[in-house]
Amino acid sequence: MSRLSLVPCGEFKTSYRADTTLFATPLSRNMVFLGVVLLALAPLSIGGWRPVSDYWITLLIQIGYLGIAALGLNILVGFTGQISLGHAAFFGFGAFSSAWLNNTFGVPVALSIPLAGVMTTAVGMIVGIPAARIKGLYLAIATLASQFILQDFFARADWFTGGSAGSLAEPFALFGYVLRGDRQYFYVVLFFLVVMYLFAANMLRTRDGRALVAVRDHYLSAEVMGINLTKYRILSFGISSFYAGIGGALFAHYLQYVSIEGFDILLSVQFLGMIIIGGLGSIMGSLMGTAFMVLLPEAINAVVNILKNTTWGNIPAVTDGLAFFKQAAIGLAIVLFLIFEPDGLARRWRLIKAYWKLYPFSY
Amino acid sequence: MTGDRPLVEVRDVSLSFRGVRALSHVSFHVDKGELFSIIGPNGAGKTSMLNCISGRYTPSDGAIYFAGREITRLKPNARAALGIGRTFQNLALFNHMTVLDNILVGRHHLIRSNFLTGALYWFGGAEREELKHRRAVEEIIDFLEISHIRKAIAGTLPYGLRKRVELARALALKPDLILLDEPMAGMNLEEKEDMARYVIDINEEWGTTVVMIEHDMGVVVDISHRVMVLDFGRKIAEGEPDAVMAHPNVKKAYLGEDAAADEAPAEADGRSAVAPAMATAVSGSRVAAQ
Ligand SMILES: Nc1ncnc2c1ncn2[C@@H]1O[C@H](COP(=O)(O)OP(=O)(O)OP(=O)(O)O)[C@@H](O)[C@H]1O
Ligand SMILES: [Mg+2]
Repeated sequence: MSRLSLVPCGEFKTSYRADTTLFATPLSRNMVFLGVVLLALAPLSIGGWRPVSDYWITLLIQIGYLGIAALGLNILVGFTGQISLGHAAFFGFGAFSSAWLNNTFGVPVALSIPLAGVMTTAVGMIVGIPAARIKGLYLAIATLASQFILQDFFARADWFTGGSAGSLAEPFALFGYVLRGDRQYFYVVLFFLVVMYLFAANMLRTRDGRALVAVRDHYLSAEVMGINLTKYRILSFGISSFYAGIGGALFAHYLQYVSIEGFDILLSVQFLGMIIIGGLGSIMGSLMGTAFMVLLPEAINAVVNILKNTTWGNIPAVTDGLAFFKQAAIGLAIVLFLIFEPDGLARRWRLIKAYWKLYPFSY
Repeated sequence: MTGDRPLVEVRDVSLSFRGVRALSHVSFHVDKGELFSIIGPNGAGKTSMLNCISGRYTPSDGAIYFAGREITRLKPNARAALGIGRTFQNLALFNHMTVLDNILVGRHHLIRSNFLTGALYWFGGAEREELKHRRAVEEIIDFLEISHIRKAIAGTLPYGLRKRVELARALALKPDLILLDEPMAGMNLEEKEDMARYVIDINEEWGTTVVMIEHDMGVVVDISHRVMVLDFGRKIAEGEPDAVMAHPNVKKAYLGEDAAADEAPAEADGRSAVAPAMATAVSGSRVAAQ
């Protein structure tokens, strides 16, 4: 709502092309470019010195593949106004699909990842069929059912998932060159992250993206404007599952092992948490929310470790309390965001940007 | 009129909602290029009639033809693609989108690109198409004089401007037929005059056939070619504005039995006396209803 007032005056557009750019202002474009460049430099070492530790590289990789899946969920929930409690199952389906395609048919990993996205899209559209007819709570329950059905499928379909033994996934290779180690795999994730976010941003500023948002804002008048509600409600599930599938496939080839555990309802809720914290209906918010969810436990850990080294660390009540707090923190964060920052980090970020842009003349 | 079939033909349409009869056996036609108004007291079934034409409701009986083709059971989105655009009595904008995006949604059926070509924006023609439609939309924006708010979020605009954006969105469809449900309701005099001018221009300059529901009798009489009056779901009169206003049934519907009986014989020139009376009668009842 406040976006209008945040386009600073003095920002004149001279052609329709200049007015239809990806980024609202040159500043936001430069920030994103800078971010990508910094990330691309992150794994490098300078004469044996590594400015970004191994541990941080693993965290960034996690943010990358989860952030892709979270963007998919945001397209479904934030942009189209539907709901899914089964996103983790699609994420898992993508992970198994890519491993399966590679192990069974020898599809190169570089190809099996996008193909896993396509397979997950197909499953997502089937799950999305009820969405053509039902909304809200009923849709939530229908997607919850699909979460459990897929989890059950993972456990039973030995041919696809390896059953309780899980399946191995090959490392990423390009033209015969096998990428080894996190620092190399980091670039694979970064590449997919940039491409998938770019696709989404472009899709959302063209016909079908507008149609999705129109369905969210007022489906009756969307229909009168020529939008086929059934098509777009199901398409939204398809696109969202594509993103989940790609994210899952990247996860599979990162760990190089996929277990049937972990793609449960808790992860589905965490995906929802990411987009609520980041901002529903915000592309970059999806990434911010993911970063928040991944880094919050780390931040709490750091605080706990400091406390442990003080005299407080000897009091059992305090250490127990902290362990409990660690568990509850994510839930608490979601609730606090819903109450105090319902538009998520994305809006806060815009406000901060606007402030600095106009500084010291912030009027 | 010259042997051509009318653009819209409504034949014997009835519509009920669990016992409530919103429309009974209504038939009328609208010729190409006409500015046709539907009037009637509150709850007469005017909006229901538009909903049957735009596809929101399916008549329980009867048939509707558009450009010679039966559309009675066609889905609303398919009717939009045939060239039927509309605005709503209660605003129905996409409140979180910008004005520009709202209007661009109206171009939906004219744009070929999809989510795949859209995602690849610069490769595959989506950008070229976006810019082309942007230009078309800017013409509508200029025509309706809303260029200063094109980047505003629709839900934040004042009422009168939102009505105008709705009209812009409907026009973006490039409709052959535009259905306007009380385009001037809740507007001040100046806004009403602007809106009346736009409606006339759409009809005369753009050649769009207009079906309009409006409570302001002054405007209806001034700009309509023909008028149909509904009351309790039945058609009680149809014809040229002056003749319809003078029709005894119409006076009865608006002023009640007694008033019509008192006035009808004495009044020679129906329009001047009855039209303002009806306007006040109607606006009075609307205020009471709100
Ligand atoms: N969706 C619906 N469900 C039930 N009844 C409805 C529905 N839509 C309309 N009706 C009823 O049909 C009748 C006609 O309503 P309609 O909205 O068409 O009147 P209208 O002539 O547009 O009135 P107004 O001038 O107040 O807009 C009313 O009695 C109304 O209550
Ligand atoms: Mg009405």
